[in-house]
Amino acid sequence: MEVSYPACSPSEGGGGGSDEPTIRLLVSSTEMNGAGNLMDFLDEPFPDVGTYEDFHTIDWLREKSRDTDRHRKITSKSKESMWELIKSLLDAWSGWVVMLLIGLLSGTLAGVIDLAVDWMTDLKEGVCLSAFWYSHEQCCWTSNETTFDDRDKCPQWQTWAELMTGHAEGGGAYVLNYFLYVLWALLFSFLAVSLVRVFAPYACGSGIPEIKTILSGFIIRGYLGKWTLLIKTVTLVLAVSSGLSLGKEGPLVHVACCCGNLFCSLFSKYSKNEGKRREVLSAAAAAGVSVAFGAPIGGVLFSLEEVSYYFPLKTLWRSFFAALVAAFTLRAINPFGNSRLVLFYVEYHTPWYMAELVPFILLGVFGGLWGTLFIRANIAWCRRRKTTQLGKYPVLEVIAVTAITAVLAFPNPYTRRSTSELISELFNDCGALESSQLCDYVNNPNMSRPVDDIPDRPAGPGVYNALWQLALALVFKIVITIFTFGMKIPSGLFIPSMAVGAIAGRIVGIAVEQMAYHHHDWIIFKNWCRPGADCVTPGLYAMVGAAACLGGVTRMTVSLVVIMFELTGGLEYIVPLMAAAVTSKWVADAFGKEGIYESHIQLNGYPYLDVRDEFTHRTLATDVMRPRRNDPPLAVLTQDSTTVEDAEALIKDTDYSGFPVVVSRESERLIGFVQRRDLTLAIKTARQKQDGVVSSSMVYFTEDAQQLPASDPQPLKLRRILNLSPFTVTDHTPMETVVDIFRKLGLRQCLVTRKGRPATHGSDDEPGPGVHHVQLDPSRVHSTSQTVSKGTGSRPAGSLWTRMKL
Amino acid sequence: IMSPVLLKLSEKTTTNMICDLFQNSEDIRCKCICPPYRDIEGQIYKQNVSLKDCNCLHVVEPMPVDGKDVEAYCLRCECKYEERSSGTIKVTIIMYLSILGLLLLYMVYLTLLEPILKRRLFGHSQLIQNDDDVGDQQPFANAHNVLSHSHSRPNMLNKVEHAQQRWRRQVQEQRKSVFDRHVVLS
Repeated sequence: MEVSYPACSPSEGGGGGSDEPTIRLLVSSTEMNGAGNLMDFLDEPFPDVGTYEDFHTIDWLREKSRDTDRHRKITSKSKESMWELIKSLLDAWSGWVVMLLIGLLSGTLAGVIDLAVDWMTDLKEGVCLSAFWYSHEQCCWTSNETTFDDRDKCPQWQTWAELMTGHAEGGGAYVLNYFLYVLWALLFSFLAVSLVRVFAPYACGSGIPEIKTILSGFIIRGYLGKWTLLIKTVTLVLAVSSGLSLGKEGPLVHVACCCGNLFCSLFSKYSKNEGKRREVLSAAAAAGVSVAFGAPIGGVLFSLEEVSYYFPLKTLWRSFFAALVAAFTLRAINPFGNSRLVLFYVEYHTPWYMAELVPFILLGVFGGLWGTLFIRANIAWCRRRKTTQLGKYPVLEVIAVTAITAVLAFPNPYTRRSTSELISELFNDCGALESSQLCDYVNNPNMSRPVDDIPDRPAGPGVYNALWQLALALVFKIVITIFTFGMKIPSGLFIPSMAVGAIAGRIVGIAVEQMAYHHHDWIIFKNWCRPGADCVTPGLYAMVGAAACLGGVTRMTVSLVVIMFELTGGLEYIVPLMAAAVTSKWVADAFGKEGIYESHIQLNGYPYLDVRDEFTHRTLATDVMRPRRNDPPLAVLTQDSTTVEDAEALIKDTDYSGFPVVVSRESERLIGFVQRRDLTLAIKTARQKQDGVVSSSMVYFTEDAQQLPASDPQPLKLRRILNLSPFTVTDHTPMETVVDIFRKLGLRQCLVTRKGRPATHGSDDEPGPGVHHVQLDPSRVHSTSQTVSKGTGSRPAGSLWTRMKL
Repeated sequence: IMSPVLLKLSEKTTTNMICDLFQNSEDIRCKCICPPYRDIEGQIYKQNVSLKDCNCLHVVEPMPVDGKDVEAYCLRCECKYEERSSGTIKVTIIMYLSILGLLLLYMVYLTLLEPILKRRLFGHSQLIQNDDDVGDQQPFANAHNVLSHSHSRPNMLNKVEHAQQRWRRQVQEQRKSVFDRHVVLS
């Protein structure tokens, strides 16, 4: 809907008098920075008015109307000359240029991160002698000494023990390897946390809760800055390589949004307008997920479902473009040597059977339960970190957790390697060509089938060995991830959740497979599983388990399924994935409505009004509005009888973020609303720049200043900063409507009137002092509804300020 | 002004260097994995052949079975074509390590060396009030002092110094929010 803000945009002539020269002067004075104009001194626009303070919310409607004004101006000027036409075309295309740049930079950074992680993870175990920059796999790429059983061994790559002592096997070598593994892990995580602490403290954590809040209109200055980008990229590599149980997907979204912010500053269309900037950031988030998973469509859906607050169709198309460009750039860098974007791309197409839906749904239930457990435990631990002494030692905490992780992870071969490799192995189907322990099935020596269609085989001892190691790994990962997520280093959550799910899924898959083989005469198996046929694919169970756990933690629905099938390329498996995702979401929602990111938003107290929440209580606006019965009367400004001194006193004594402007104190008809920051800046600038403005000067919000006798001090005209169309509701508006209005329009405050006049508390017929207003602190909507629902009968306690408690 | 011959030679060497850096002939391979067959053990064969020659017959040499068994053997082998860019890997890792090294040096300078240098240059008196700050470790403690002593320097250096001090103050604010008051990112 179109809302006109005649007083707020400097391009329109707000001052009285002759319009035409004023407008031109205003336009020219905004373009010439700081060039003083002697004429119409009082109508000069105040600098910085219309920008926002740190940790405040933006005014979506104002930003939208500013953008419409800008666009209208450009369109009308484009008819004047060819140069203006070209400028208007460039303006229209600037959006696409920004998307292209974001895609290129995100893809490049993701490629660099992938290559560096690959190398540094292997650095913990050994080094490549021929060229130190090769990881284990790359080092043995060209050698001819690899054998079928020992595919990883080649003489160019040596473990540390082998390098230092010359022995590759034996107890001494094992202990030395162990020791050096722990040492490297500690070194990497110590470097990571030190860099974060010294250079960019905002680079820690996942980033997605804060980006969600930023996209809903909050301002956190420096969160998407250049140093944050650099430090996040560098320390992400260190954190992942140190073997901690964390992933890089969430931080990659943050990195991509930093890139988005960086390129926004190139174009004034985006740098000056916070609303447009958030459109670019939504698209950048899609590019981030796209390079993390190799899933462009999944990235766009993730941005739509999880991260963005307002997502118009234009953003959809642009996000898709950015995600595609990022994916192509990553493919061009080719970090994995085989043109795949992600490490665990699997390609089998074995069919699944309807009876297998039972174990899939069981895996969904497991995913939901694990999600609930993880969210509760992690939030409890983070709250403890926030409130107790634990929070005072971030560096020590990181070192301690890394030490425990490394010490416990090394003995188990499944946790020793990086989590991505583990998931890749678990997703893989066991053909005749695999030689890992997990694929140690008893092969029929006379078997002559082609490699893809191996029938179910009994498990050999290697498989049973692998099963109990995997079970230990599962318990370890479940416990350690709770303490790892949320530490003061970049940490993501997707890969550890998928690992937990994949391990559980694979165990279930092998169990079902062996049951089907050994008991093929049971009724359940008789119908669909004949001996000598390839019935069960444990790799598929691992995929389904991974999807279930990820869905249980983040509560993603469509985007999860799309990411999973883009990851694996298996369109046949959509139904099992959906079944598991839906089941895990239902089970997890039964215990608590919020996913991990919303829970972290609540923990931090960010002002985020979730679109999914329903406000189900029958309160009216009159019950929630402020000031309450016993509060001091509402602070208002009058349109022509306030002095500068009064205004300054009002600003100093109260901490409201804005003041209503009324005609006079006797007849309190509403004129408009003025923001605190704008008022402060205007008065400060006027005192500095305009001669004659003193404490007893009168402040005018009217269009025409009255003619004053010459002896009076010069008046201060502030019509320009007045919002002439504040939102008002009547006092009988139900709160659900009010909350809806706040959500849909992105309001920060709205005014309550009764019978056309300001509403009051007190007895119904008495006109009382002041307009009332409702300022909604979204993070407190819940507590309000809770107090009401408890049926105490009292008015809902407190309220509701948009400002953060800083 | 180089003679045309020299110019061409230098052009050629640069393109050669770039080509060598980014495209090694060893960077393509065809990898065939053959499982155990009868009494022959499992084997892995690698060769630098192009995509169209990437099949069992070209790559598996010497063929361990005779004439009529070759087809059965080859059916069980799986051949995959892979390529990588060793130049990209080398450039990326070295670039990453240099950036990491620079950041570490700067961090060491800020946390350890700068207070020592400032103490030597400006004496003890200015630093006493900064040492008593509770809670915050202050690598950027001397921001204001340095600024006030730099009036005589030329404009450019002043601007850089000013920008740096502003950045340090921002980082200090961020550190307070995240690490001390735990209001963001807890």
